[in-house]
Amino acid sequence: MANPLLKIEDLHAAVQGKEILRGIDLAVGAGEVHAIMGPNGSGKSTLAGVLAGRDSYEVTAGRVTYAGQDLLEMAPEDRASAGVFLAFQYPVEIPGVGNLYFLRAALNAQRRQRGEEELDAADFLQLAKKRMKLLEMDDTLTRRAVNEGFSGGEKKRNEIFQMAMLEPKLAILDETDSGLDIDALKIVAQGVNALRDAQRAMLVITHYQRLLNYIVPDYVHVLSAGRIVKSGGKELALELEEKGYGWLEPEAAAAV
Amino acid sequence: MSAATLTAPPAPAVYTAPDAAYERAFAAIAARSGEPAALRQLRRSAFAQLQQRGFPTSKHEEYRQTNLAAVLQRSAFALPERPGAATLREAERAAQPGAAFGGPQLTFVDGHFTPELSRLKSLPAGVRAGALLAANDAGDDRLAPLGELADIGGENTMVAFNTAFFGDGAWIEIAPGAQVDAQIEIVHVATGGAGVATMAHPRHLILAGRGSRAKVVETYLSLNGAAHLTNAVTEIFVAENAELEHARLQQENTAAYHISAVHSRQAADSRLRLHALTFGGALTRNDVVTVLHGPGAEALLNGLYVAEGRQHVDNHTVLDHAEPRGASREYYRGILDGQATTAFRGRILVRPDAQHTDAVQSDKNLLLSSDCTANADPQLEIRADDVRCTHGATFGQIDEEALFYLRSRGVGAEMARHLLIFAFAAEALGRLNPSPLRTRLETELFSRWTGLTPPEGAEASGG
Ligand SMILES: Nc1ncnc2c1ncn2[C@@H]1O[C@H](COP(=O)(O)OP(=O)(O)O)[C@@H](O)[C@H]1O
Ligand SMILES: [Mg+2]
Repeated sequence: MANPLLKIEDLHAAVQGKEILRGIDLAVGAGEVHAIMGPNGSGKSTLAGVLAGRDSYEVTAGRVTYAGQDLLEMAPEDRASAGVFLAFQYPVEIPGVGNLYFLRAALNAQRRQRGEEELDAADFLQLAKKRMKLLEMDDTLTRRAVNEGFSGGEKKRNEIFQMAMLEPKLAILDETDSGLDIDALKIVAQGVNALRDAQRAMLVITHYQRLLNYIVPDYVHVLSAGRIVKSGGKELALELEEKGYGWLEPEAAAAV
Repeated sequence: MSAATLTAPPAPAVYTAPDAAYERAFAAIAARSGEPAALRQLRRSAFAQLQQRGFPTSKHEEYRQTNLAAVLQRSAFALPERPGAATLREAERAAQPGAAFGGPQLTFVDGHFTPELSRLKSLPAGVRAGALLAANDAGDDRLAPLGELADIGGENTMVAFNTAFFGDGAWIEIAPGAQVDAQIEIVHVATGGAGVATMAHPRHLILAGRGSRAKVVETYLSLNGAAHLTNAVTEIFVAENAELEHARLQQENTAAYHISAVHSRQAADSRLRLHALTFGGALTRNDVVTVLHGPGAEALLNGLYVAEGRQHVDNHTVLDHAEPRGASREYYRGILDGQATTAFRGRILVRPDAQHTDAVQSDKNLLLSSDCTANADPQLEIRADDVRCTHGATFGQIDEEALFYLRSRGVGAEMARHLLIFAFAAEALGRLNPSPLRTRLETELFSRWTGLTPPEGAEASGG
């Protein structure tokens, strides 16, 4: 890959002095879907947070290049305008801010930043209706405050709805499958798949292989103790499903 | 007499007597002819109470955070004359927010009822309204319930102060069964006297008949930046199964002193929604005393205070559950910035007869600077055994996770912060029933923090 959309090189990151990411290398090209799997606590959300600009992490070494820019230098809102989107593992409830108002403010802030014209109320609502249909979201959800009183599944669906509205170039989905029943999982996957195209890259983080039956990745990487310990094609996910993560733990690997 | 008594230090001054200027001002009122004898007698008793006790100092347990004596004695406030035509024209513009709603309106300028700025023609069916004092000329004894709830002999001597000095007020009676959709407005404008700080003592009486439903809004405004004092008292009687929503909106200038007392009594199965919305004032002290006086009564006390610079806001509430199966919801919240100071004291009294009371109280504070101070002091006094009563107070900064969430979607850091401040206030506004007032406040607060007008078609606050 000559010029990948996202290039992570030797990335190290720490939280409160504790090193969580211990040297990540990863290249993601436009149009590709990469799955990142790994046991709980391996650093998946930390990686997602560092990419989106969460400031509770300290990057101690390495580089991240996104569309030719130094991603780590950019403010979270500038990353968003440049096309980076994170679907949160734990979406935040924001009572007092309307869902649709928030989305329109976000979309128009991004458009302004990119020098594009803002969407007026009518065009925005039309787009929102289309996307709501795609995710089988009803009016009562989108008219409420952001995620307020939503069930776990509704929150995840709302994340993908936001993604569908904002049309990012790099979508990072952090355990979007957790807390979803099979029907909701199918709807969410269908929403994600509808957004797959040659321009868009996705980083699909999951603990379980199940999601990857519906969102079929091009590559699978296994994260363990802050490092990518194995990469492969979609078959790797099935192998993990069968054998678990134990055989890939660094200690186990070293012992072989 | 024991030695101990002889050597005991003098009790700290809990009250200080009003100075001579207030005596002279009262003498002028007492000499005034034309008021009914009963009212003149009530005023005299009230002033005697005030003289006997005086203004509360910070040595008084209920005024620890707010030394009213210091404010009231620094220099005496004067009772202003009825303003002239030019001032009234200016006041008319200030009173516009109310006018825009188009419903009935009673306007008071410097405490004087001002019919030319009021709208009392073609009142909605079931509504009678007018000036408390003017009404008496009609031979209708509207003053009879005055002071029944707001006792001139009580610890809160501001009630006696008001009773002695009040210029006028609104009298609103909702007929039994009347369903009134229009919002009834009481608008106060202080015009700021030349050279001398003025005072006004509005006195309102609201009677909601059995099974009626209505909305009343009191708004307090200043015409300019001059210091002035407002000391308002409102008495509210809610009959059986009536529903009344009452909002007090304080938007006076930041040099003003604003003192208020709202006393209400609810009969069986009535529903009262009281909103205390404080934005203005150098110093504000609001007292709310509501008695759930019949079984199954429900009360909502919804407070929002926004204070910055050196503003001080003190809210004291008493929820008196006197009868069984009462439910009260008390939600106060404040946004503090600069060196603002606020206090909240919420007393919940559950009397022995008030079994199956369900009371919830919370006070939440959003602290935007490191120099502001918020105090919360819940006081539960529960004398019945089968009750549910919870309370809590929080003091926090902007939620970092919410901030990151908004920014990760492309909203700039400043805007994200402002949206979250607005959101905190919007939750309180969300407890007002949908009304022109609520819409107006949402718009005003949204602009206050974001500098933008909220977009049409997408409700900024959701819901
Ligand atoms: N804010 C934090 N403070 C302290 N430790 C943290 C914080 N966030 C994550 N960690 C720790 O970092 C490690 C990786 O966490 P995370 O990235 O959430 O893992 P995953 O998403 O793979 O489950 C865990 O050991 C977790 O306890
Ligand atoms: Mg995680």
